[in-house]
Amino acid sequence: MITQTADWFDERLGIAKFTRKSLNKIFPDHWSFMLGEIAMYSFIVLLFTGVFLTLFFVPSSKEIIYHGAYKPLDGHKVSEAYASTLNLSFSVRAGLVMRQMHHWAANVFVAAIVVHLCRVFFTGAFRKPREINWVIGTMLLILAIVNGFLGYSLPDDLISGTGIRIAFSILLSVPVVGSYLAFFLFGGNFPGHSIIPRFYALHILIIPALIAGLLGAHLAIMWHQKHTQYKGKGKSERNVVGVAMWPAYALQAGGFFFLTAAVIAILGGLVQINPIWLYGQYIPYKVSYAVQPDWYMGWLDGALRLMPSWEIAGFGHMIPTVFFPAVLLPGITFTALALWPFIEKKITKDTAEHHLLDNPRDVPWRTSVGVGVLAFYVVLFFASSTDVLANSFQLSLNFVLWGFRILVFVVPPIAAFVAYKVAKEAGSVPGTGRRKRANVILRNAQGAYYTEQTAPRSPQHEEEVAEELPEEVVYHALDRNHHGELVGSAAPSGAGGPAGSPSHSGVDLGPLPSGGSGIFRIPRVRRSAAPDGNGEPIGGIGDRG
Amino acid sequence: MTKVERDGAFTPPEVEIVEGKRGMEMLVALAFVLSVLASIALAVTFVLGGQPQLEGVLLFIILAGIGVGMVAWGKYLVPQGPYSQEREALKSEIAERQAFLASLDRGQRQIGRRPFLMKLMGASIGVFGLVNLFPFLRSLGPQPKKALFTTPWKKGALLVDANGSTVTVNTLEVGGMVTVFPSYDVGGAISQTVLIRVANTDITTRPGRETWGPQGYLAYSKLCTHAGCPVGLYQELTQQLLCPCHQSLFDVLTGANPVFGPAPRPLPQLPLYVDSSGYIRAQSGYDEPVGPGFWERGA
Repeated sequence: MITQTADWFDERLGIAKFTRKSLNKIFPDHWSFMLGEIAMYSFIVLLFTGVFLTLFFVPSSKEIIYHGAYKPLDGHKVSEAYASTLNLSFSVRAGLVMRQMHHWAANVFVAAIVVHLCRVFFTGAFRKPREINWVIGTMLLILAIVNGFLGYSLPDDLISGTGIRIAFSILLSVPVVGSYLAFFLFGGNFPGHSIIPRFYALHILIIPALIAGLLGAHLAIMWHQKHTQYKGKGKSERNVVGVAMWPAYALQAGGFFFLTAAVIAILGGLVQINPIWLYGQYIPYKVSYAVQPDWYMGWLDGALRLMPSWEIAGFGHMIPTVFFPAVLLPGITFTALALWPFIEKKITKDTAEHHLLDNPRDVPWRTSVGVGVLAFYVVLFFASSTDVLANSFQLSLNFVLWGFRILVFVVPPIAAFVAYKVAKEAGSVPGTGRRKRANVILRNAQGAYYTEQTAPRSPQHEEEVAEELPEEVVYHALDRNHHGELVGSAAPSGAGGPAGSPSHSGVDLGPLPSGGSGIFRIPRVRRSAAPDGNGEPIGGIGDRG
Repeated sequence: MTKVERDGAFTPPEVEIVEGKRGMEMLVALAFVLSVLASIALAVTFVLGGQPQLEGVLLFIILAGIGVGMVAWGKYLVPQGPYSQEREALKSEIAERQAFLASLDRGQRQIGRRPFLMKLMGASIGVFGLVNLFPFLRSLGPQPKKALFTTPWKKGALLVDANGSTVTVNTLEVGGMVTVFPSYDVGGAISQTVLIRVANTDITTRPGRETWGPQGYLAYSKLCTHAGCPVGLYQELTQQLLCPCHQSLFDVLTGANPVFGPAPRPLPQLPLYVDSSGYIRAQSGYDEPVGPGFWERGA
């Protein structure tokens, strides 16, 4: 059936030529390569749940009298946006789950992008030839953050309305064109009536389209350039070692989408997020206490709080204080981020292609730069909770603020220094990162216990390197059979001897195929060690004594 | 296996199969079956009217069932390799590059010999873009002009609270606070003002503002000079106004000077007077722009 269908298509589209290559594509297997996948899968969840929400959400700030399922607000004057969000939460079947899944998926989306970015940074995966994809990735991060902000601003609740007010002030703070930017985006002075429909158009159409386009390019380029891989046996700059796209990778990746969606679903079902009915409708002169934005805006909020009240004025103009933490800082952040591959190239003068990844400890200086910069943003993130921290730890706000103002400059260099030292130390220890040979506890004939190190991997095992087989129709897995030998399908040792085996000569403990401490492992017969190679039980050797 | 006839028959080659693993097959089957059962349960939940928590849990079981099944199948029941594939050079072969450059160069020289037309074409496209940018931008919103410098407050404006009730000299006790608006702009985002009554003797009046706070009534713009949030919290004990967004503190008794946090300027003060009927009114509008800074503001 499948082959017939494929044949039908091939006669019309010639799919055999390029699809075969794709089916046989090799994907290196490592958990850290799945971080980007989580981001992509949560984006898909965002699309599905988001489309659902658009069917019920009314992007309008027109005021109506609310009559709906949420009784405490019955008869209140609210905007259509707010009322429709309440309705889709309380009166639409699965509406609340979908809304909460959408919000959770957005948080997961940005988080996965950030962690994926860290993985790419610390392993040097952005180096030639992957600079373009790094830049695209940076754009995706910016778009994801912006769209997250636009999205949680739509319900027109008190907390998001305050956020929009701050956004207006941030736009105002841009030198020269700030007031025009703000008035053009908001259709006039704050608050106006245009902002929700405009945010809506941006949030559901323009930015998702940009994200989808850039994501497509990101994947296409990755596909074309092939995946990077970690250093290891049989892996080189000239090959890719891993599982085949069809069927192993396709099944695993497809399943991983469902697992990501499952986690988002249970978060959406059980963990309340953004209960706007508790916050109330946005009213410009009202404000709530101890409110924090979604996590990915935290660093900006923290920067706004920590910034001293410097305002530059003169010659009839002003650069407001908000400009520095809310425009300049993100501007520098994302510019430097996007340009990092080129900055690093300037430093290292390295123009070679790299397909093998660095271990972070191999490049201490880069690791230390990354950790230091991360530490800076983490401190800013926590600084967005100065009021909450002051409250929970019974400290004065003054003390907490000044503490953070100092920490934001002190923590990054310390973190960078520690990271540098750790990377240096780890790199200089012989055998770091290599699996240690297990010690096994044994018992001799007299009943005394002793430990013995497992044998080194047999030379045969060392050669367990993937075969090259791009041109063959069928891939031959690498000699799985001798794997079986090593894992102990052989007969148990010590089969006889009333006195037990006094020695284990001829008995090899065998290497551990998949790690583990090795303690109390059953010794196994090394079949390949037997001269005749047919793996006869050799426990009888002990009887000689 | 199906055979595809016609041009060259497709003969299925020998395929490597992962044999055995009965337990894993059972696990995968169980995961899929669980998923189907949860789907049925979800359908029942919907028919019965829906319940958010239950829907979330059932969705989890449905999706996780499919996910676990697929991952386990892909990981344990099909060959894992490792396989190796050669990385082809990304860079094209020299001959290919030269052919490409030659093609590029050919076209370039063919149109490049009419540089004047080239420039005209560029200009026409560019001008088209620029000219059309203006109506687009211009329709998005009005020019700011003086909008950021003024508020709806005018001379003689009657102070009312958020419900529209007038504010008289007896409205507040000492230590009380209310958000007020001009009677013609109740709830206005820009005109919002805090009215606080303090003991008359405590006030350190700034020069020129001696008459602005009759009988201990002080009115300040409620828009924080930092990022424009409402300065909503009045602490009577310390006589301070706190902005909950970024924790700026303003000292009420000394003209709402910022004493802490990122706010750079005092809250503008609204001059008040008490009219003959005891209503509180504005002597005039604010004498400076309210809210956060902007480029045209100057000092």
